[in-house]
Amino acid sequence: MPRSARPRSKAPDSLPKAKTGIAGLDEITYGGLPRGRTTLVAGGPGCGKTLLGAEFLVRGALEFGEPGAFVAFEETPEELTQNVSSLGYRLDSLVAAKKLHIDYVRVERSEIEETGDYDLEGLFVRLAHAIDSIGAKRLVLDTLEVLFAGLTDHALLRAELRRLFHWLKERGITAIVTAESGQHGELSRHGIEEYVSDCVISLDHRVSQQLSTRRLRVVKYRGSQHGANEYPFLIDDGGLVVFPITSMGLDYGAPTGHVPTGVEGLDAALDGRGFLRGSSVLVTGTAGTGKTSLAAGFVNAACARGERCLYFSMEESPDQIVRNMRSIGLNLERWRKRGLLRVQSARPTLYGLENHLAAVYRATTEFAPHAVVMDPLTGLGAIGSDREVTAVITRLLDFLKSKQITSLFTTLASVQADPEHSDVGVSSWMDAWLLMRTLESAGVRRRALYVIKARGMRHSDSIHELHFTTRGLRIEPAAVVPT
Amino acid sequence: MSETAGAARWQLRLYVAGQTPKCLVAFANLKKICETYLTGQYDIEIIDLLQTPALAQGDQILAIPTLVRKLPEPVRKIIGDLSNTERVLVGLDIRQLPR
Repeated sequence: MPRSARPRSKAPDSLPKAKTGIAGLDEITYGGLPRGRTTLVAGGPGCGKTLLGAEFLVRGALEFGEPGAFVAFEETPEELTQNVSSLGYRLDSLVAAKKLHIDYVRVERSEIEETGDYDLEGLFVRLAHAIDSIGAKRLVLDTLEVLFAGLTDHALLRAELRRLFHWLKERGITAIVTAESGQHGELSRHGIEEYVSDCVISLDHRVSQQLSTRRLRVVKYRGSQHGANEYPFLIDDGGLVVFPITSMGLDYGAPTGHVPTGVEGLDAALDGRGFLRGSSVLVTGTAGTGKTSLAAGFVNAACARGERCLYFSMEESPDQIVRNMRSIGLNLERWRKRGLLRVQSARPTLYGLENHLAAVYRATTEFAPHAVVMDPLTGLGAIGSDREVTAVITRLLDFLKSKQITSLFTTLASVQADPEHSDVGVSSWMDAWLLMRTLESAGVRRRALYVIKARGMRHSDSIHELHFTTRGLRIEPAAVVPT
Repeated sequence: MSETAGAARWQLRLYVAGQTPKCLVAFANLKKICETYLTGQYDIEIIDLLQTPALAQGDQILAIPTLVRKLPEPVRKIIGDLSNTERVLVGLDIRQLPR
């Protein structure tokens, strides 16, 4: 059933693949690892090789009905079980259910005397036993390079590794071998990549400005296209998440229909019907202009319509927001109680950028909201360079749009700089942009709101004055044009 | 020697995988060394991993052939076809036998 060419999502790959089930990795590889072949996962210490391997097996067993064998050269089954239990994986129950086999191969040079000719048939026997005992379709060898430290005859070892990879291929096992990357940029210390020719993945863990970021790159993938970038990934309590999480891009549908803004008078300024459903809205304003109030008004209106809202707060705790909004007549607590509103607070500097993205991703997937608010987005600038922040926001927007979720972001503008120029980088990604500022006239500080842009609608060009009432926010065309 | 006969006995285990030339050579070499240095004080157990693959895990067998000295303790491992007699003697700690 050949469909019209969709170059991005469905590649014309004839190569059979085995899904890893790891969020994002199957997208980058267009379907998973090469089935029946061996993939090398290389990286420095602590970069997540073992966890990637473990998740590949656990998900294979649980989600794809493919039992797996984990052959550990560095950790005992007890240690391995304990280490991955933090990700919520219960290896022991998988072992009991015959879906997983763990074998610990201990290689200790000081205990081994070499006296003449040998081969690694013992290892082959063990692998065959591990595979046959549960009918494994997947195998992880973590990390094979320990052999180089344990045995002196490296020429023999290389010949045996070559034989091993060939043997795995003959048995149709989809395997991951891990290797420690070299100190001078080599993919692996002992050049295992020379033997694993089908797929090579490199993991990296670096710290910049005291924040750690993990990155994954598909170095090569014979016979298949793959994303060539370095993709950020993280390890949280649900396992690995590689970004992009979904096949992101600009191929999402554009829902029609409108969402009331929740601010009296603002809908009228926006084509009379409010924000476009599924669009992204940026609210820029100097301090104290009512950005959070506007966001809360939007959330309040959505919940009142029975829609679910997810509110990410970077500055205030959930209770603080609820309390403060009561002062302008917005009772958010009832929506929380009814399960329509979820407020999630986290200081931007608490995690790296990718973690924030992951938090949004996980919460959004779990809660399935109609609208998402991020207040303020500016906080992210504290933890990444402009380019990194822009990259994260772009991905975030793509993700939310692909789910047709209406999103509202606030940013703080400085009083000195012209706010219209301060968020140029971000604003171009947004569908609508509201600017809020204070203007002083006749001894009064007034709050003004402009609609700078609103894609897909005829919006008002007037300057509006914003009022806080006991029933939320209200705007009206400014009676006296402030100077 | 004041030890009891049981304690003084050498328990050796040779792991092989089928009757390959390497394994046959290893067995012949082992037999010769034992006859020369441990006359009448040893037991050799041959374990063919092709028959009993599950046993490879217990003694952490990787290479074939592997000779394991189970007794006297501590356990020692020697890999290869045992063609280097000197190293086998060092590996088994046989030099220290006549204390």
